[in-house]
Parts: sequence; structure tokens; C-alpha cells
Amino acid sequence: METVLAILSGVLSACAVWLMLSGNLLRFLFGLLLLSNAVNLAIFAAGRLTEGAPPLLGQGGALPGHQMANSLPQALLLTAIVIGFGLFAFALALTIRAYRAFGHLEVDRMRLAEPEEGGK
Amino acid sequence: MNWTLALPILVPFCAAALAFLLRNRRGSGWISVGGSVLSLILALQLLAEVLRHGVIATQMSAWAAPFGITLAADYLSAAMVLITAIIGLAVALWGMAEVGQISARMGWHGLFQTLIGGVTGAFLTGDLFNLYVWFEVLLISSFGLLVIGGQRKAVDGAVKYVTLNLISTVLFLCAAGLTYGATGTLNMADLRAAVAAHPDQGLMTVIAMMFMIGFGLKAAVFPLFFWLPASYHTPHYAVSAVFAGLLTKVGVYALIRVFTLIFVGDQGYTHEILLWVACLTMLTGVLGAAAQSDFRKILSFHIISQIGYMVLGLALMTPLAVMGGVFYLLHHIIVKANLFLVAGVSRRLTGSSDLYAIGGLYRSAPLLAVLFLIPAFSLAGFPPLSGFWAKYVLVKASLDLGQGLVAFVALLTGLLTIFSMTKIWAEAFWKAHPDGRQPRLASIPARARVLLLSPMIALALMTVLIGLFPDPFVTFATTGAEQLLDPSAYVATVLERGAE
Repeated sequence: METVLAILSGVLSACAVWLMLSGNLLRFLFGLLLLSNAVNLAIFAAGRLTEGAPPLLGQGGALPGHQMANSLPQALLLTAIVIGFGLFAFALALTIRAYRAFGHLEVDRMRLAEPEEGGK
Repeated sequence: MNWTLALPILVPFCAAALAFLLRNRRGSGWISVGGSVLSLILALQLLAEVLRHGVIATQMSAWAAPFGITLAADYLSAAMVLITAIIGLAVALWGMAEVGQISARMGWHGLFQTLIGGVTGAFLTGDLFNLYVWFEVLLISSFGLLVIGGQRKAVDGAVKYVTLNLISTVLFLCAAGLTYGATGTLNMADLRAAVAAHPDQGLMTVIAMMFMIGFGLKAAVFPLFFWLPASYHTPHYAVSAVFAGLLTKVGVYALIRVFTLIFVGDQGYTHEILLWVACLTMLTGVLGAAAQSDFRKILSFHIISQIGYMVLGLALMTPLAVMGGVFYLLHHIIVKANLFLVAGVSRRLTGSSDLYAIGGLYRSAPLLAVLFLIPAFSLAGFPPLSGFWAKYVLVKASLDLGQGLVAFVALLTGLLTIFSMTKIWAEAFWKAHPDGRQPRLASIPARARVLLLSPMIALALMTVLIGLFPDPFVTFATTGAEQLLDPSAYVATVLERGAE
């Protein structure tokens, strides 16, 4: 299972890099979304997968006799997903704002803050 | 639970919430100023506590050490928190005069306090994943601050700032996740032993490099700095000042923390890379500045070259060098924020930030000229100002190690810094205004004038004081460096007494 997740994470990263290099802001954002999901999967896999062993203690806080899942990676993931969602929402709003301001989303042509003829 | 460590984080967020709720009232900025005053008092209290005990630590929600989230402060953290509070108060006051009612209604003051809270949290946390969360807090508030005021140029700057910083965040998150996967802990003090004991040191070095790239992007080191000069000259001057003072330094702080506390196993590899990065950062930053003709753009490129000095201190890893890096970090925040504030007042007086379109400030506003010269000379490293001692220590540390080339690069960068500062001086202050304007400070209304000038004078005085009486600061930085290079006290405090 870990192998599948690792390969999936790698494929997602590759797609993300391809999208992010395309020079279009919206594609870049989609790439970023894929990349953050690839990272989420990587953390999930790195935290070990334990099947059918809920992270629950027995009565009176006793440790269960068999193995038990580690819930911390999931908690980390949940935090990362929520934060990533918030950042993505902001980035999307910024993209819309940029589209209204420039009329296009080609990052190579966004030179307002840094005009081509050095500093003038 | 030790409130001395928690309150400096809580207060800015309370001030932020209040300022945001009352953002439509006139004078909502005073809430932000009030919060900053309180933060400053708490930061002083924290520093006093740290001076008494060396290192202090506490556990959130009373979960014992390696499992719960740790807040910890050693000399470096406490000093960074204090300086954050100082810059926070200075810019909150200064911003009252610059940030208009429209920006205030959009929640500028609330976002500003959130930023300060996030920065403080990043300096105080002892947990790697918690550090990621604080980075996000300060990042999202910096996004807001960057676009409020909403000119087209700011949107352009924000696109580059946001996208590149998000990449750095993803890298940092991935590195933190892999660290947990490999060692089973995220507590920085616990990680020191866990990383050292890991059987696969090659894997640890790979993870260390991911941290280096993630934090390096945030700190704007060569070759990852391109977002900085693209965005720092676009928002409000108050925002530029606080970004220039604090944000990249959070990246530098994280680099120092991670590469002195956790990843010290393969210094021949990691710190060698840091050394090259430091030298190239110094040079490219200062050369980039030489090509610019906008007040804020020149200053932005200088941030980059100065970051190089701090990373140099870390890369050399001797007590003297780390001490120099820490000293540089602390002095630089004050100087750089002040220079941006000077740029803001000069813009207000002359109507432009393009150096070729302004001038005459020396004749008509001599006080501003003095306020520029103090931080500018300090930045370039003139004795007896604070920057001189910082540079002196770093150059001496490189020579002690026989790194003549490194010392040469550091000195050359200082020389070229003087060149840039002379350029600003000659264009903005010395030559007459091209339109024959006589921009006087008296033309600013009295209330705004006090709000603008008093923080700048206070920061300039600090620069002079550090320069004239460097002894206590050097002693402090020396102890701080000793704690960084031998973090056994930090580790012990977090893991043992942290459980109370």
C-alpha cells in the first residue's frame, strides 16, 4: 500500500511541476494544489499505514492488546489540508484580481512592479 | 503552564480581534498601538525571565514533553521576540499616520497584529509542525497586508510573493512530515537526539536539504530571492518596513534553529553549501541594488545582501561567527525597518520614490537627512554604529578560520553598500529637487509628524546606542551563540522540566 501511495505522490508531483512551469497563473495554481496533495499523501504514507486498528484506547485508558494506528499523522494532515485550503482560496481570489487588473494571466507579461528597462 | 511564554503570542491576537471588530470606528489603530505596548512589556518580562534562567520552556495543554506542543525560549528567541515587539510598536505608531481610513476599514490594523502574533509564535515554538502553522499564520496575514491598498502594482507584486512563498511552505511541510515519518517525533529538542541516532544519515541529509530550500526561500537567499525585489516596493510603506524588518528574518531564524539544533550531523556538506549560498547572496544582493534607481528597490536588494551576512555566521559555525550572525540579525532588523520608514517620509515629502525625480531633502528637511544617515551608515558598517561591530565580528571569524575569500566578499559587499547609500544620499538628499520643490517636514500636519518621526528617532537612537555601548549586546549575543552551539541546556529544559 505504501508503494502505491509513494508512486501516486510522485506522479502527482510530476504533473504539478509540469503545470507550474507552464507560465499561466491559473495552471500554476492547479499545479500547486496537486503538489500540496502529493505532499499530503507523502506525509500520510510516511506516518505508517495500519489496517483495521483504530487509534482507540480500551476501558480506563488501557492500551489495546494488539497493534494500534497512530492518529498523529492524520491530525497533521487535517491541519495541513485546512491551511492549504485557506491559502488556495486566497490565491484564487488574487488570481481573479490579477485577471481584472491585467486582462490576462500570463506571468511572463506581468511586469508592472518590475518594468523591463531596469528600474525606470 | 508558564504564562510568560504564552502571553506574548496571545496578546497580539486579542488586539487583532478587537481591532478587526472595531475597524469601522475612527482610531481603531490605537487598539493596535495599545496591543503593541502590552506586547513590548511582556517581551521585556520574557527577556528578564530568560536572563534569569537561561532557557525556559512550557507545554501547551499539559501534554508531556515530546508529545505535546512545546513553547521554549532561549537567548535568541527572547531577543527576537523583544525586537519583534519593538518593530511592532514602531510600525503601529508610524502606520497610524500612513495607513488611511479605507485600508483601516479593510482590517489593516487587525492583520498587522496577526502578523506580529505569527512572527512571535514562530520565534517561541519548540515544535517543528507548530513552526509550520506559525509560518502559515504570518504568511496569510502578510498576503492580506500586501494587497490592501490595492494598486495594480501591488497585485503584480503579490502574485509573485504569494506563489513562491506557497512553494516554500509546501516544501517545509513535506520535510516536516518526512522527519516525523523517519524519527517519530516533531519536538525540536527531542529531534536532536533522534536525528543523530537515525541509522540512515544520508536520508537525514536529504531532509535537511529540504528544510534548507524551504527556509532559504523564506529568508530570500541566493538563488531563491526573486520574489523579494518583485514585491517589497509595492505595498504601504509601513508594510514594507515590517516585512523588511521581520519576515525574511523569520526564515533566517528558522535556518539557525534547525541547523544548530537538529541537523548538525553532516556539517561538511550542509554548512559548506550554506557558506557558498551566503557569499553569493551577499554579492548578488548588493550588485542588484547597484542597478536600481528606486528608493525602496535599492533597500529591498540590500535586505538580500544583508541576509547573506547572517547566513555566513551560521555557515562558519564557530562561536565567534554564530555570535556575529546573531548580533547582525538583531541590529539589522532595527536598521532596515528604519530605512524603509525614512523612505516613506521622503516619498510623502517629495511625491515620488524614483530617485531621479526627487531631491533637495538635505536642504529642506535636515532632520530626515540625519535620520537617514544613521541607519544607512550602520548598514554599510561605519564605526561607531551597530553595523560596524556586526561586520567586524563576522570578518574576524572568517579570517580566524582562514577563509580569506569569504572575508573579502564580506568586505567588498560592505564597500558596495556604501556605494548604494551614497547614491540615495546624492539623489534624494543632496541634489536640488528637479521641479524646484522645497519639501519641508513642517508641511506634514503636526499630529502625523509626531507619529511618523518619533518611532524613527527611537529606532535611530537604538542603533547609535548599540554602536556606542556594544559590550552588553556582545555579551548577550555570545551567550546566545553558546546556547545555540551547545543546546544541551535547551534540550534538557524542554524534555525534563517541560513536563510540569
